[in-house]
Amino acid sequence: MTSTRATFFHYLGQRKLQLVIGIACAAATALASVVPPRFIGAIIDALQNGTTFETVVLLALASVAFSAAEAVFRGIARYLLLNLARQAEYEMRNDLFAHLQKMHLAYFQHQRIGDLMARMTNDLTAVRQMYGPALMQGAFTVMTFVFALLSMLSVSVKLTVIAMILMPLASVAFWWVGRNVHVRFERLQAKFGDLSTKAQENFSGIRVVKAFSQEKPEVRDFARVNRDYVGKAIGLTAMQGLIWPTMSFILGLAVLSVLYIGGQDAIRGELTIGQLIQFVAYLYLLSWPMIAIGWISNMFQAGWASLIRLQEIFNAQPAIEDSIDPVTTPIKGEIEVRGVSFAYGQTIVLHDVSFTVPAGGSLAIVGPTGSGKSTLVNLIPRLFDVQQGEVLIDGINVRRYPLQQLRRAVGYVPQETFLFSVPLRENVAFGLDRELTDSQIDWAGDVSQLNKDVEDFPARYDTMIGERGVTLSGGQKQRTAIARAVAKDPQVLILDDALSAVDTYTEAEILRRLRGVMRERTSIVVAHRISTVKDADEILVLDDGRVAERGTHRDLLEHGGLYAQMYRRQLLEEELEVDEEREEHAKRVKATDDDQPPFGVRPRFGGLETEGS
Amino acid sequence: MAHGGGGGSVGFFQEDEILGKAYDARLMRRLLGYLRPYRGLVIVALVILLGLSVSDVAPPIIAKFIVDTAIAPAVSHEIPAHEGFARLGPLALVYVAVLLVSSGFRYAQNMLASYVGQNAMYDLRVGLFAHLEGLSLSFFDRNPVGRLMTRITNDIDALTDMVTQGVVAIFGDVVVIVVIAIVLAILDWRLALVTYAAVPILIAMTMYFRRMMRESFRAIRIRLARVNAYLNENISGMAILQLFTREQRSFKDFDALNTDLLNANQGGIRAMALFIPSVQFTRAGTSAALFIAAGYWILGGQMTFGTLFAFWQLVERFFSPIQDLSEKYNIMQAAMASSERVFRLMDTEPTIVDPPHPRELAHVRGEITFENVSFAYNEGDHVLRDVNFKISAAESVAIVGATGAGKTSIISLISRFYDVQKGRILLDGVDLRDLRQQDVRRHVGVVLQDPFIFAGTVASNIRLNNEAISDQQVRSAATFVNADKFIERLPKGYDTVVTERGSTLSVGQKQLLAFARAIAFNPEILLVLDEATSSVDTETEHLIQDALAKLMLGRTSIIIAHRLSTIQNVDRIIVLHKGRVVEMGTHRDLLGQRGVYHRLYELQYRAHEAESPTKSA
Repeated sequence: MTSTRATFFHYLGQRKLQLVIGIACAAATALASVVPPRFIGAIIDALQNGTTFETVVLLALASVAFSAAEAVFRGIARYLLLNLARQAEYEMRNDLFAHLQKMHLAYFQHQRIGDLMARMTNDLTAVRQMYGPALMQGAFTVMTFVFALLSMLSVSVKLTVIAMILMPLASVAFWWVGRNVHVRFERLQAKFGDLSTKAQENFSGIRVVKAFSQEKPEVRDFARVNRDYVGKAIGLTAMQGLIWPTMSFILGLAVLSVLYIGGQDAIRGELTIGQLIQFVAYLYLLSWPMIAIGWISNMFQAGWASLIRLQEIFNAQPAIEDSIDPVTTPIKGEIEVRGVSFAYGQTIVLHDVSFTVPAGGSLAIVGPTGSGKSTLVNLIPRLFDVQQGEVLIDGINVRRYPLQQLRRAVGYVPQETFLFSVPLRENVAFGLDRELTDSQIDWAGDVSQLNKDVEDFPARYDTMIGERGVTLSGGQKQRTAIARAVAKDPQVLILDDALSAVDTYTEAEILRRLRGVMRERTSIVVAHRISTVKDADEILVLDDGRVAERGTHRDLLEHGGLYAQMYRRQLLEEELEVDEEREEHAKRVKATDDDQPPFGVRPRFGGLETEGS
Repeated sequence: MAHGGGGGSVGFFQEDEILGKAYDARLMRRLLGYLRPYRGLVIVALVILLGLSVSDVAPPIIAKFIVDTAIAPAVSHEIPAHEGFARLGPLALVYVAVLLVSSGFRYAQNMLASYVGQNAMYDLRVGLFAHLEGLSLSFFDRNPVGRLMTRITNDIDALTDMVTQGVVAIFGDVVVIVVIAIVLAILDWRLALVTYAAVPILIAMTMYFRRMMRESFRAIRIRLARVNAYLNENISGMAILQLFTREQRSFKDFDALNTDLLNANQGGIRAMALFIPSVQFTRAGTSAALFIAAGYWILGGQMTFGTLFAFWQLVERFFSPIQDLSEKYNIMQAAMASSERVFRLMDTEPTIVDPPHPRELAHVRGEITFENVSFAYNEGDHVLRDVNFKISAAESVAIVGATGAGKTSIISLISRFYDVQKGRILLDGVDLRDLRQQDVRRHVGVVLQDPFIFAGTVASNIRLNNEAISDQQVRSAATFVNADKFIERLPKGYDTVVTERGSTLSVGQKQLLAFARAIAFNPEILLVLDEATSSVDTETEHLIQDALAKLMLGRTSIIIAHRLSTIQNVDRIIVLHKGRVVEMGTHRDLLGQRGVYHRLYELQYRAHEAESPTKSA
């Protein structure tokens, strides 16, 4: 675990030379910027004392030369320092992503994706602004302030004192207004929240609104909330609007004071007119740093707060990691679950579950929603670690295999399909380090019965999936997920209710092919449909986290328990052709929610949401 | 799936918002129409703006007089020193006065712009909301809540920005430019020409860089959206990523996108690092040219120091608005895109409208007839086909059928949320389409499957916004449907604050509340969607059953039931199958037929009833 301070300096210190040169250029910029006023003063004094035109031209050109130098240094400083920040942002973003890749499933369930995304976008931006604009402006401001102050002192100590009494008023005023603007802005945001909630509630409950003819009262209510919002918005302007008038007033006052008092000095001969104007030029030069101080300190504060939030991500430790004494014997696929119990917080999901599947065998798990089926199969590829008992493959605890090796050996089809917005081919080859050959794709597509759908796609297996491509139906998504798992050629295949959106005929075709493929491999199938599970070597009926019944299809029917009940219900359903009805219903639903978050960009965890939660 | 109320975050994933022109006369005219009610204030604002521009230009000119009439003559001993001092005082006072006036004008102008803009956009927002309220349910089926939310929040905010900042600032900038240009010419036309010469250079430079940066920002926006979309997708699918041991490749892909973004950002930095110094240098060069030219004329005795001093200060104020103008482009562009979207919604016509000469229903008995009704949510995809039935006044009917059989559609059609494609629906013999929607809905009470709770109190959820329903009536409605007991147990009774998302109320309690709501409006016809199989504890379950039975007494009731007790108690059952009425009769008759109803009963009702004993056993 590292401290926020260490992280701050780590990313800042990646390019020390760039940082040093950048800051040196900022100093040079500030130094160059205080020179031209000197020449302006000199020109005026020269004119006053009657000089040649050549002298004026020379002085003016000298002034331009320094302005040019200032511009060049400013450009370089900007370039170096802002790039530094962008590079730090780039590295931090990469590091954060790499760190998240190591985190376990429970972390993402606990952490909420929206929150993580907010940190990786808003907070990262705030940190980058601290490294970039804040650091750069800070350097400009401090140096300009120092050099301008020194120059002013060299002209007139008295005028400098006067200016230094007036100008900080601008800083104080800016700081005070800024603080109040912040408070009012928060209030405005709260009202914006009310406004959104009101509208959202109305749109979500539009049926009730219409059923009770509440349209007009709702409009009245919305208008009321909106009126509050407008009031707060105008209130914000009332405060925010103070900034520029105040600033220009204070600056104007400072210029006038210098002219008035300095003018008297000039008349007395203590100051030349040129010096007077030179001094006014310094006031203009100083006005920006005086205002910017508040702004910069705000950026630093916000950036630091955000950095702390990013540090929290870095500090989170992965709970599922490789063992210290790994076993690398090749996995054959005998699976044993021995006395496993598992709980999410207080909720116990699995009680003392045990079973064995010999290598090459098949097991099916059925049971009502929330009985712990998904949780059970999630333990095999170590999406979660058991809290009690053991999960063994080939007699060795799964924790002892390197994660890579373990997960390579397991082909997993999750309950909720999650595909990525890449071409179909890449989705199928997702678990492989190499490209799939056409014949391999064809084979995986045949097993999963995806090929005939793909015929209709514009670019067949090269078709883009998701938001910017083809939207797949639920069944197509599931079959793609099956192809993805099969293409890995795994020793163990796990289907977690992965055929629910596939029609019965296709399901039978897939199961028939899978049996061929899986002859030598172990398979575990979680399902609701009897047709999916009836041919398994053993069927496990889970109820409330316990094994309620086990045996073959025939055994269980004879036993006349939960399984037999399920079977009877499903026969009835088939008679009613409920499936066909469902499809019709699904069609209607699909037509109404075309603006669902594009898949792949959905906020929830794809597929691995546990039933219990 | 609602996107939630949050403002900005939605935009992160929009890869390429389509931005068109920054000015569209038609849209602009329509938008400015919203300013019409405030035209008096708009005129005042414009006058102030003019005053502001003048008072803004004044200080450098007064400074010129301070130098020319007080300081310079005294220094060169043209006037005695005490005379110089004496002249300084009044000028300084004028200077302070002008400063105060200009600060005041600036503040007033800002407030006026905000007041007018916010109010005009208030009108637009409420107008849009009211328009949406009038649209038919099919519109809400097609437009997800998230999209509507964006229109009513972000899009209108973009327009407000344009009105309060964009339009005013553009106008203000133009006025300032013109005023300063005139003042410069009056002060000294020769120096003014020198200054004007810099303007085309500055404009050309700004336009060149602006275009470069627009490209650059566009690239940055697109690449940032890609990075964030990738991040979001991969965090969401992290388990799949890990299960398929994809970490390294996915990191490589991410790094590539991230590097692309870095490069785009560096391009932007490069452009800015060139632009800002160039402009600065141009300005400095202009000042130098001014000094040289002024020096020449001052030496020749044709110009005063004060004039040079005034010019030197005014030139800064002259160049800033020229550059600012180009920054307004983006605000205008965003606003045009937003107004296009907002007005498109405003122009959506409701598909269900009241007839021009609606029939009046003096007394509603509550007879409902479906005559050859066919209905589809989407063209050709029929949910109901040739449905015929008649429900007499005060009769209670249950509609049963498998999921998707069209039960919900029947409820929606009687409330006239949708219009039928074929046939007609009659209320007391009158076609629903000949009645005002409000009249229909006043007589039809609906209890929906998912009882919706509005943010407010328990009482306000029963009476909704109908002030005609007294507290006493709210209470008796709650008592009638057995909701009083749980309400009285709540911390503040009927005044307890509840929200839709806040889980203060259980599902069962929400259902009771929905019953109370329906009964408070005392409808002649009651429609109940009671399909939910959510977990309701036995005590509440009992209360709901009892309430339902009481509700059905004496009024026409159509119930989509999932409780066996309910379907056993109704006068008649209508069995829907694939959008057609296949069986009709009493529970006993239908069971005897051993048809669809019998199978449904076995599947849905008996199994449901049987489940609890098995579980506890």
